[in-house]
Amino acid sequence: MIRLEKRPQPSQAWSLATPLVAVLATMIFGGLLFAILGKPPVEAIRTIFWEPLFGEFSFYYRPQLLVKGAPLVLIAIGLSLGFRAGVWNIGAEGQYIMGAIFGAGAGLAFYPMEAVYIFPIMVIAGAFGGWIWAMIPAVLRTRFGTNEILVSLMLVYVAEQFLASVSLGLLKNPEGFGFPGSRNLQSYPSAFNAELIEGSGMHWGVVAAFIAVIFAYVLLRKHMLGFHIRLTGEAPRAAKFAGVNPTRLVLFCLGTSGALAGLAGMFEVSGPAGQISIDFNVGYGFTAIIVAFLGRLHPVGIMLAGGLMALTYIGGEIAQSNLGLPAAAIQVFQGMLLFFLLALDLLTNFRIALRKPEAV
Amino acid sequence: MNVPLLSLQGLTKAYPGVVANDTVSFDIGEGEVHALLGENGAGKSTLVKMIYGLVKPDSGQMLLKGQPYAPAEPRQARADGIAMVFQHFSLFDALNVSENIALGMENPPPMGDLASRIREVSETYGLPLDPFRTVGELSAGERQRVEIIRCLLQDPKLLIMDEPTSVLTPQEVDILFETLRKLQAEGTSILYISHKLEEIRALCDHATVLRLGKNVGECIPQDTSARDMAELMVGSTLHTPERADRDFGDIALDISGLSVPAPSAFGTALRNVHLTVRKGEVLGIGGVAGNGQDELLGVLSGETPTAADAVKLNGAPIGRLGPVARRRLGVLAAPEERLGHAAAPDMSLTENAMLTASVRQNLEKNGFLKWGEAENFAEQVIEAFDVRTPGPANAARSLSGGNLQKFVIGREVLQKPDVLVVNQPTWGVDASAAADIRQSLLDLAAGGCAVVCISQDLDELMEIADNFAALNEGRLSAPRPTKGLTVDEIGLMMGGAHGMEVAHV
Amino acid sequence: MDLSAINPVLLIASLMVAATPLLLAAIGELVVEKSGVLNLGVEGMMIIGAIAGFAITVESGSPFLGFIASAIAGALLSLLFVLLTQYAQANQVASGLALTLFGLGLSALLGQGYVGVKPPQMGKLDLPVLSDLPVVGPILFSHDPILYFAIALTAGVWAVLKYTRAGLILRAVGENHEAAHALGYKVLKIRIMAIMFGGACAGMGGAYISLIRVPQWTEGMTAGIGWIALALVVFASWKPWRALLGAYLFGGVTVVQLNLQAAGVAIPVEYLAMSPYLITILVLVILSADKSSAPASLGKNFHASR
Repeated sequence: MIRLEKRPQPSQAWSLATPLVAVLATMIFGGLLFAILGKPPVEAIRTIFWEPLFGEFSFYYRPQLLVKGAPLVLIAIGLSLGFRAGVWNIGAEGQYIMGAIFGAGAGLAFYPMEAVYIFPIMVIAGAFGGWIWAMIPAVLRTRFGTNEILVSLMLVYVAEQFLASVSLGLLKNPEGFGFPGSRNLQSYPSAFNAELIEGSGMHWGVVAAFIAVIFAYVLLRKHMLGFHIRLTGEAPRAAKFAGVNPTRLVLFCLGTSGALAGLAGMFEVSGPAGQISIDFNVGYGFTAIIVAFLGRLHPVGIMLAGGLMALTYIGGEIAQSNLGLPAAAIQVFQGMLLFFLLALDLLTNFRIALRKPEAV
Repeated sequence: MNVPLLSLQGLTKAYPGVVANDTVSFDIGEGEVHALLGENGAGKSTLVKMIYGLVKPDSGQMLLKGQPYAPAEPRQARADGIAMVFQHFSLFDALNVSENIALGMENPPPMGDLASRIREVSETYGLPLDPFRTVGELSAGERQRVEIIRCLLQDPKLLIMDEPTSVLTPQEVDILFETLRKLQAEGTSILYISHKLEEIRALCDHATVLRLGKNVGECIPQDTSARDMAELMVGSTLHTPERADRDFGDIALDISGLSVPAPSAFGTALRNVHLTVRKGEVLGIGGVAGNGQDELLGVLSGETPTAADAVKLNGAPIGRLGPVARRRLGVLAAPEERLGHAAAPDMSLTENAMLTASVRQNLEKNGFLKWGEAENFAEQVIEAFDVRTPGPANAARSLSGGNLQKFVIGREVLQKPDVLVVNQPTWGVDASAAADIRQSLLDLAAGGCAVVCISQDLDELMEIADNFAALNEGRLSAPRPTKGLTVDEIGLMMGGAHGMEVAHV
Repeated sequence: MDLSAINPVLLIASLMVAATPLLLAAIGELVVEKSGVLNLGVEGMMIIGAIAGFAITVESGSPFLGFIASAIAGALLSLLFVLLTQYAQANQVASGLALTLFGLGLSALLGQGYVGVKPPQMGKLDLPVLSDLPVVGPILFSHDPILYFAIALTAGVWAVLKYTRAGLILRAVGENHEAAHALGYKVLKIRIMAIMFGGACAGMGGAYISLIRVPQWTEGMTAGIGWIALALVVFASWKPWRALLGAYLFGGVTVVQLNLQAAGVAIPVEYLAMSPYLITILVLVILSADKSSAPASLGKNFHASR
């Protein structure tokens, strides 16, 4: 008979090992899934995890890791702060969209003027767009006790509709021959979030992601506010006893994650994506939830997890073109990863004891 | 009648790292009120859980009327005539009395019939109860009645009562004992678990004493002195905390006209509370659980803000200040619930030291935390209060209740408070740790600190408090000097029988 | 703009159709939450039900079998939630999210071959005389059987919760799992059954969208209805009849905005399409003041330690 016994304290070793075991388990079960789909499992796994890094075209894919990883890390860092405090922002996708709209809108407002201050203004506008979108659930929760999970999620759908509306209206390219979508910011130098070093994939969003990682690390490890965030998540009553103001904490967590998601959207629209369009958002806001958990809500872990998740995106695309693996299979693969992670997390807090059935 | 009703033979139950019961044997005769006596952690709960089918013994056996008895689940135990009143009630706040009772029965009659049965039984045993009231609105004493009636409706042969009087006023205890004696007269056996010796002497025919999971002796309570039983229970002679004679200083803490609405649907509102505590004084606040103790602590710790001048420190209004500002002024608190309120279970002792000590021990600078110094402080607490733990890196929940309580109290005491408020400082703590904690509170007072000790343990309050007041439905009685107070007077201050008189049949 | 094109009778009839998936999912989740479990994976279970029901209907030709399959698929997916939360003690919020992300991916994978296929239709109730009555006929007597099933299910859940011992035990477990355990009730078993019931209901709700409401298969076609169902449970204060009322209100909003879109009202389509989500938020705000009827153990994991 297998029994679970609660450990007297969380196991440090398992806490580090679970993400690795989860990745391993996902590879095995993912391979099985690919085999069921009639694709060579080992080949598929190799394509996803090896090809982008060391394959023939790795010179092209490696920079892509930064491009895809940066928004994931940026959003996940913000989410992790809230998740630690028991504040569940799952509408990062919406905040990402709003950040992009505000950022691009601010830039396009100056078109065709060229000036050095345009890009910084766009950065601020992008962060503001995400922030204000996240403040809606934040204020509703602190003021009325409304569930932030549902509100932030509903606002994703609202943001998507708003995105459609501005792509067709307000921000539509007047010289776009009637096609939906804004002007391409890549051809507007002052607003273009270009690569800092040619061919490296390194753009301002990547820099921002690294700064966010460092900021979150210092906050959580060294600062009272970070301590209060952790405390609130683990024992809300103890946090109140310690003097935490729950309202301010909710506003901070949602606000920060919104601003970071907004920044991610802004860097994306002004760089890799280039323009506001109806299908601008590709689900980074949701995948970032997986990244946050995979990184165990720890800044350094999130950085690594962001890289890994970017790898599955890129590797998935390669597998799609080389092996004909369906795009949805990669989505399932990513979902599976979160499953294994949550399931294996049990080992951190519980010991599995094998013992003979109890004598009656 | 030579065959005992229930015979326990060599029951053993081990959990990882602890043997909860070690070859425990004793008999309960028919119609006998049998006391099970022991300190916290002596293994009383595990033993009764085995009898009630919630836990299976590793070895040993039980005989019910001479027949082997091994209940796989409580349902079976109930079918065999064994009923149990839990210490922390197994009740459902949002459901009404009938529904709660139906849940504890095997084949409950339809609700309408059940309600009239409840009325009938509750009248017979002098425990009046309205079957349609929501349980969350009942007082602790009434909630206990729900549990008792739930048991009685099944005509139990053996009624297990786990620390039943810890939630009752002395007057309510008298009513309960009436009921139990009536049951005994009808031939029902009662297994009565307690650590209150006087009660056992008043009620029980026979007592078994458990210590560290072992049966260390049996006695006839009427013929044994309380002191002898206490020594059997604790295993050594206890020292009584010493109270140095001292003079009180000026008024340190002054609460006047304090009213706070109930924080939640089933919470208690504080109504027009007045109290003053002088420097060097220990004010004891008694009362049955759920009469506003948590709420009062919240007001004093700063978790619940109030009108500014409802709470004054040395004459200055502090009612609006939060916990951090109050700590800065020297007002510290230790809440009742150790895990989750006073301490974060999964955090290390170092982090838990940071939780309340950051202000007074200078553990932060401009918001940045000094973990090294927090660790030193945690070590000081561990050292000074003899907290048994491998070190400050261990999680709070890895400590036993008594050790964590010593840490929680020590953490505040070592910060040299001017006013210290504690709620249930020795709840669930073994006798020697409890004595240490009480001594530390007295020492603090001797050094000029004003101490407010909220507790449901009247013996504790009589031992350390200079003045005594009681909370009853959110109202605080006028404080009176502890010296010379009788049990009856205390009972009346706690609200008497709360209007629950014995119905005369 | 031509508002007169909107026929009130058809409006009400189609409102009932629009409300049914929401009602099915909400009733299922209501039972789950009554047992003290918060499963945020409704959206995932719905979309899995949508594709499973669609695929089986297309393959077998029987919408009836399709609905059975959707219930089974939803319940199977909910078993993953059971594994995570009831056995592995994982956080319920995170596990629910995982369920949704996984369900969306898996459904897209399974549904690849079914895009653009038209499913066989389920017969509609056709009672002589009654179905032909003006106004009353189309509103009350001319729907598919599942719509009536959803209403019957609401009544059934209400009656079970209110009048039966099983319902009482379910409520007790959701109220205080420690006490229920102490009295000898199998908290885990009861919760697992509730979660699977919720999964089955959500699955059928999803199939209703892909088989009757739309009817075709597109990726991510549940479009947040699972989340609105979660909001609906709060709106209903955990009371089945109020869930029905809420579902019909939301159904009404959806249908009215679709009709307005079709009628070419001067409001841009996108803003009309936002309205169900905005109204959900508004309703949540109005109702979130009162949480007293929420089950007390909601969202808390139970582990019998000793």
